[in-house]
Amino acid sequence: MKHVEVVIVGGGPAGLSAAKQLVEANVEVMIIDRNPSLGGQLIKQTHKFFGSEKQHAKMRGFDIAKQLINQIQHASNCTILTNTTVVGLYPNGILTTYDNHTYQEIKAEKIILATGASEKSLAFENNDLPQIMGAGAIQTLMNVYGVIPGKEVVMIGSGNIGLIVSYQLLQANVKVKAIIEAAPKIGGYAVHASKLIRHGVEIFTSKTIKKAIGTTTLEAVEIVSLDENFNEVENSSEIIPCDTCCISVGLSPSHQLASLLNVKTKYIAALGGLVTIVNQRFQSSDPHLYVVGDALGIEEASSAMMEGACCGLFVAQDINKTHPNHQTLIFEYQQQLHQLRSGPYGNHTLEGLEIMKKEASNVR
Amino acid sequence: MRIKDHPILTFDKRKEVHFTFENQPLIGYQGDTIASALVDHGVTTFGYSIHKNRNRGFYCAIGNCAACNMIVNNKANVRTCITPLEEGMNVKIQHNKGEIV
Amino acid sequence: MLDSTGIPSRTQVLSVFLHEDELVNYKAVIECYEQIPCNPCESHCPFDAIHIGENLNNRPNLISEKCVGCGICVGVCPGLAIMLAKVSSTKATFTIAYEFNPKPSVQDVWHAIDRSGNILGDATILKVVESLKLDHTALITVQTDRKFLHDFITIRSKNHES
Repeated sequence: MKHVEVVIVGGGPAGLSAAKQLVEANVEVMIIDRNPSLGGQLIKQTHKFFGSEKQHAKMRGFDIAKQLINQIQHASNCTILTNTTVVGLYPNGILTTYDNHTYQEIKAEKIILATGASEKSLAFENNDLPQIMGAGAIQTLMNVYGVIPGKEVVMIGSGNIGLIVSYQLLQANVKVKAIIEAAPKIGGYAVHASKLIRHGVEIFTSKTIKKAIGTTTLEAVEIVSLDENFNEVENSSEIIPCDTCCISVGLSPSHQLASLLNVKTKYIAALGGLVTIVNQRFQSSDPHLYVVGDALGIEEASSAMMEGACCGLFVAQDINKTHPNHQTLIFEYQQQLHQLRSGPYGNHTLEGLEIMKKEASNVR
Repeated sequence: MRIKDHPILTFDKRKEVHFTFENQPLIGYQGDTIASALVDHGVTTFGYSIHKNRNRGFYCAIGNCAACNMIVNNKANVRTCITPLEEGMNVKIQHNKGEIV
Repeated sequence: MLDSTGIPSRTQVLSVFLHEDELVNYKAVIECYEQIPCNPCESHCPFDAIHIGENLNNRPNLISEKCVGCGICVGVCPGLAIMLAKVSSTKATFTIAYEFNPKPSVQDVWHAIDRSGNILGDATILKVVESLKLDHTALITVQTDRKFLHDFITIRSKNHES
């Protein structure tokens, strides 16, 4: 069995940010990622990030990934395993990995789960027809592989992901025929919506998809209007011909590995689904296990980076290898997290975190 | 279809990779996954549902949902969206649950 | 309503435009109507002409006397929400951020587009600036009829299929 001080599962923004702090604190770190390269979802983000300079504002996601990876990849105390999936989590910091050839057992003092999230799907008639894909899937196809998913897309969901992917479709010269939003308001930032409207994309609120139409593949979608109680308005049906339908209705934290360990979890809707209950140090009810980033609660990559950094600092302290600038850095990152969350778009997350805090105080 | 002339990204010209899909010869490029090469060629059906034989496409593209499972080089349940395309690969649609042994 | 249509109202647009008398030279028009955590415009303005302050969620405030119309904010805004505008007796001239291909060439005539995506009239391309520092955001200077000062927001090729 291989022994490592800290294992980080997931090399996206949260995992990489945790790794940087741990590396600087002279901790022996291993990052394990199931993808061929590190960076998580950042590698497909072509838009410029919001936030402040410290959060890499104005940098495109894939450039932020390069920068984060650069900061740790040559460190002598950092081992990187890609194309490797963590397949089991056991008590006492034991985990198992598989890379399609070898099965390995690893014992770590601390494990940080930074496994991100997966796309939610939506129930409607014929939602299993080919060419109905998640927003992340379309982003991956276009921005990683340079492949266009179709020629005429209807986007379901107007949160930031739906709006940003719609804009990226336009940049790939794909027509976005409509963005359909069930709520009465657009879910994402107005600036994202405005960028689309000016380029001829229509956004419809209080509407939803009722049915997908097609025999062997998607040919059209049926859209209906919703009243204030989200019930279908009679005779409001409208057919929009399209060859691709993109579902962007939110993300669900990837809690599965934590659930293997029987740690305390709770379904917190404001955080996106089932999440691990952690204390203020991101530590779960199993003292070996910490959770950060979207795996802890759906937010943005900026928050994931700040959380990851904080967690890295706390973990270093918890194994008695406190980072030389611990106090200053913790204060700084926590302040930035607070700023990111203190506007109207942060309310949801704050609600969820309040519930998490209450549950955590009941744990130990 | 491939993106031409993207305003932000540069897609370099890459080496061709020859493979077969349902016994038809196709060309992908170094760096493709099996699924991305198939989508490029306009493949929309990745499989069929087990009981009702409904056409199924792919959904998440990052290995979470298993909608893209196919038989690759006679091995069943291969998640084509995260499997790199290799020269000479023989890719077939998986009917039913596939044979593992 | 902006939050259900993505289109700011006339009142909102006018609230971020300086008076025409002040637009003899380029000034920034910052259409950031919501509170979101973001401040590259403030941190990159070399003239301290944009104020957001400690709370990143504050809406940016343009200090008009300090704005020299350099356009740096236009290129850094992640929301592509800023443009420069100036007006003469017959023409309105704008510098906008543009992130599509193909780009126009100088002297091309493209459609002038309003915030609802509708065609207003013609826009003559005066300048197209791309650089490494702009990081794939082109700054395009266009001229339209003066009457479109408060309507114009972007351009669209006349060859574009709608």
